[in-house]
Amino acid sequence: MELFTNQILAGIATGAIYACMALAVVMIYQAIDHLNFAQGEMAMFSTFVCWQLMQWGVPYWGAFLITLVFSFAGGIAIERLLFKPLAKAPILTNVAGFIALYAIINSVAGLIWDFTIKQFPTPFGSSPFLGSQLISTHQAGMIGVTLMLLLLLFFFFRFTRMGLAMRAAASLPESARLVGINTSWMIALGWGMAAAIGAIAGMLIAPVVFLEPNMMLGVLIYGFAAAVLGGLTSPLGAVVGGFLVGIFENLVGTYIPGVGNELKLPIALALIVTVLVVKPAGLFGRPIVKRV
Amino acid sequence: MTAMLNIKDLRAYYGQVQALHGLEFALNQGSVTTLLGANGAGKTTTLRAICNMVRSTGAIEFDGASLTGRSTENIVRLGIAHVPQGRGTFTTMTVEENLQLGAITRKDKAGVVSDIERMYDHFPVLKERHTQQAGTLSGGEQQMLAVARALMLRPRLMLLDEPSFGLAPLIVRDLFKILGKINREDRVTILVVEQNAQLALELADKAYVIETGRIVMSGSAAEIANNEDVRKSYLGY
Amino acid sequence: MSAVQEVVTEAPAVEAVPKRAMTLGYGASMVMLVLLIMAPVFVKNFIIFQLTMLLIYALAVLALNILTGGSGQFSLGQSAFYAVGAYTSAILMEHAGMNYALTLPVAGVVCFGFGFLFGQPALRLSGVYLALATFALATAMPQLLKLGYFEHWTGGVQGLVVTKPDAPFGLPMSQDMWLYYFTLAVTIAIYIFSVNLLKSRSGRAFMAIRDNEIAASAMGIDVALYKTLAFGVSAGITGVAGGLGAIAVQFVAPDGYTITLAISLFLGMVVGGVGWLPGSIVGSAFIIFVPNIAEGISKGLSGAVFGVLLFLVIFLVPHGARQVAIVAQQLIGKLKRN
Repeated sequence: MELFTNQILAGIATGAIYACMALAVVMIYQAIDHLNFAQGEMAMFSTFVCWQLMQWGVPYWGAFLITLVFSFAGGIAIERLLFKPLAKAPILTNVAGFIALYAIINSVAGLIWDFTIKQFPTPFGSSPFLGSQLISTHQAGMIGVTLMLLLLLFFFFRFTRMGLAMRAAASLPESARLVGINTSWMIALGWGMAAAIGAIAGMLIAPVVFLEPNMMLGVLIYGFAAAVLGGLTSPLGAVVGGFLVGIFENLVGTYIPGVGNELKLPIALALIVTVLVVKPAGLFGRPIVKRV
Repeated sequence: MTAMLNIKDLRAYYGQVQALHGLEFALNQGSVTTLLGANGAGKTTTLRAICNMVRSTGAIEFDGASLTGRSTENIVRLGIAHVPQGRGTFTTMTVEENLQLGAITRKDKAGVVSDIERMYDHFPVLKERHTQQAGTLSGGEQQMLAVARALMLRPRLMLLDEPSFGLAPLIVRDLFKILGKINREDRVTILVVEQNAQLALELADKAYVIETGRIVMSGSAAEIANNEDVRKSYLGY
Repeated sequence: MSAVQEVVTEAPAVEAVPKRAMTLGYGASMVMLVLLIMAPVFVKNFIIFQLTMLLIYALAVLALNILTGGSGQFSLGQSAFYAVGAYTSAILMEHAGMNYALTLPVAGVVCFGFGFLFGQPALRLSGVYLALATFALATAMPQLLKLGYFEHWTGGVQGLVVTKPDAPFGLPMSQDMWLYYFTLAVTIAIYIFSVNLLKSRSGRAFMAIRDNEIAASAMGIDVALYKTLAFGVSAGITGVAGGLGAIAVQFVAPDGYTITLAISLFLGMVVGGVGWLPGSIVGSAFIIFVPNIAEGISKGLSGAVFGVLLFLVIFLVPHGARQVAIVAQQLIGKLKRN
C-alpha cells in the first residue's frame, strides 16, 4: 500500500510537468479550436533562449522574464506571419503547417545549440521537499507554479475585459465581431499567451529532463493527452488531467510487467483513449450538442 | 432629414450565386424602417452586407462615411448594432456577461454600469436571470437579451434580423413595444427585417418589400400596409 | 443547475470534394498510365526502385484519402497498418515459404480486420480525439513489434530479411523492373477499385457521413457500419502497400514504421489534395523526394528547409495538387474556346 501511495505522489510530481504543458495546449485550443503540434518545439526554443541568456551572464529571473516577453512576442509573430494567411484554408492544411513549423524549429534549434544534453538550473533547488524522499523542492516548485498559473488564467478569463473578449471570440466568432471584437487579434493574443505558458513549462521541465532539442516531444504528447482527458475547454481539467496522466504513467511503469520506458507512452495513451470512449468530451469538458 | 444610411447598387454573392441585384434605399435618422419579403428573398443578406459579413459590391454610406472595405468589427464600432438571425447569444456565458460584451468596445466604465441597469429596466426578466447562463433562457428571453446586448453599444443604428422568429405572439408584441420605446426615447434608428409583416408595419415609418434580391415596392408603412398585393401575399387577407 | 449544452453548428472538419471531381478526366488518366508504363524502360535500377516506392506510398496515401477525404475520419495511425501488412508478408514469405504475390491478399485481409476492429472503439471519437487515438496506435506499433513475446516471428529489434523475387517465367527483366510492373498492376487495380468504391452506394454513404454525420444517420445510413468499413478498407489497402514495401525494401524492422511514417502519409494526403485520389501520387512524390532535396540544400538545416518548402506548398496551394489540377483544367478550357 505504501508503494502505491508513493507512486501516486511521484506521479503527481511528474504530472506537474504535463499539467503545465496541458495549460498551454488548452490555451491554444481555446483560440484556434485545434491542437498545435509545434507547441512543444516553441517551448523548447524558448527554454534554449533562456539558457543562452544565462550563458551570457544574465541572472536566472532576468533571463526568465526576458524569455517570457520574447515567447509572447514570438507566438504572436508566428501566428501573424505563418498562420493568419492560412486562416481560410482547410483545417488539415493548418495541421500540415504546424508540422512544418515543428520541423523548422527543431532543426534550427539543433543547428544553433546542437544535440548534446545541457544542464538547466532550477530556482527551487533539488533537495527533498519537507524531508520527503519522493518530491524534491523543484518538483514542489513546479506544482506550485502550475497551480499559480491556473489561478492567474482563471482570474484573467473570468474577471478581465480582455479575457471576456477572448472567450467570446473563441465561443462564437461571428457574434464576437458583431459586438466589435477583432477576432483575428484575439487569435494572435491566444498564440502569444500559449507561447508564454509553454515557455514556462519548458523552463520548469528542463531541469528534470535535461535540455536538448528533442526534450519536449514526449512531454507534448502527454500534455495533449492530459488536455484531452481533462476536456479541451477547461484549464482546470488540463491541470487535473496532467496530474492523472503523471499518475497513470507511474502506475503503469510500476505495476505492469515487462513495460519499459518505450511502452509507457502508448499504454498511457491507450488508457486515456479508453476514458474518452466512455466520456467523449473528457472529464471536465462540456458535452457538445451538434445541430444538423 | 438627413439620410443616415445610404445604399446604392448593392449586389451580394454567396460564392457564385448572386443574392442581391442592385439594391438601393436610404434610412433617415431616427426612423424605423422595415424590410419585408418571403424566405430567401434577400432580407438577411442585406443586413449581412451592411456589416460586411457577405461578399458584396456597391456603395454603403453611414453618416457620410463609406463602409466598403471595413471589417465587421470596425463597422460595428462606428455605431451599428446588428441583432442576427438566431440571436447569436453567447450561450455559455451569463446574461450579465452577454451585456458586458455588448459594451466591450466602450471606454466609459461608469456609463456601461448604468446602461446595464437601464437594460434591466427595459427588460426586468433579464435582471431576474442575470447570473444565469444565457443558454438556459427561453427563446423570448434570449431575444430580449440579444436586443439589450445590441443596445449596450449605444448604437446610432440598430439592425434586427427577424426578431419575432420562433417567439410566441404575446412576447413578440411586448418586444416590438420596447423597440418602439427605444426608437423614441434613445433615438436609435432601426432597420428591422421581418416575415411577420403585420407587426413590423405597425412599428415602422417606412417599408420596403424585397423579392429575389430586388426591391419591388417602397413607401410609408401605412401605404404598404394598405397595398392590395402586400395584403394578399404577406398579410394574408 | 442543469448542465448547459453548447449548441454547435459547425462546418465539417474535412471539406467536401464533389464526387465528380474525385478522379482525373479520361484523357489525363491515359497520359498518366502511359507515363507510368514507359518510365522504367529509360532509367537505372535504383531509380526504378524509387519509382516502385513512389507507387507504394501513393497506395498508402490513397488509403488515407479514402478514410479522411472520403469518410471524414482523421487518422495519424496509418503507419501501424502499414507495419502489420509489411510484417505479415515478411513472416509468410520467410517462415511459411509463401509466394510473395499470395502474401498480399493475406496482408490486405489481415489489415482489413485489424482496421475494422480498431474502427469500433474509434466510433465514439472524432476530430482531435480520433487523431490522438490513432497517434497512440502509431506510437505503440514499433514497441509492440520489438516485444519479446513475438521475437520468434518478428525477429525482434533486428527485424526480418525478405527475399526479393525474380521475374517469373524467365522474363528478361531485372528484379527491380519486374517488381515495378507488379506493383503498378496492383496499384492500378486498387485505384480502380477505390474509384468505384467511392462512386458506389458505400462511397456515397462515406461522404454523407463526412459532410454531416447526424443528418446521414437520420437518413437511415448505418453510420457505425460504414465508419468501421472505411477504416477496414483503408487499413487493408495500407496493409497491401506495406507488404509491397517489405518486398521492395527487402527487410522489415520495427524502427522503419514509426510515427514519422504516419505523419509523412498525412502530409502526402494534404499536399496531394484531401479526398482527391489522383493526388495521392503527387503527395507520395512530395514525401519521398522533398526530404532528399532539403538535405541536398543544407545538411545541417534539412528539417528547416523541408518545413519551409512545405510552407511554400501550402501557402501557394492550400488545397493541394487538386487546386493545381482545377486551375489547369480551367486554362485548358479557355484555350479550347479560343
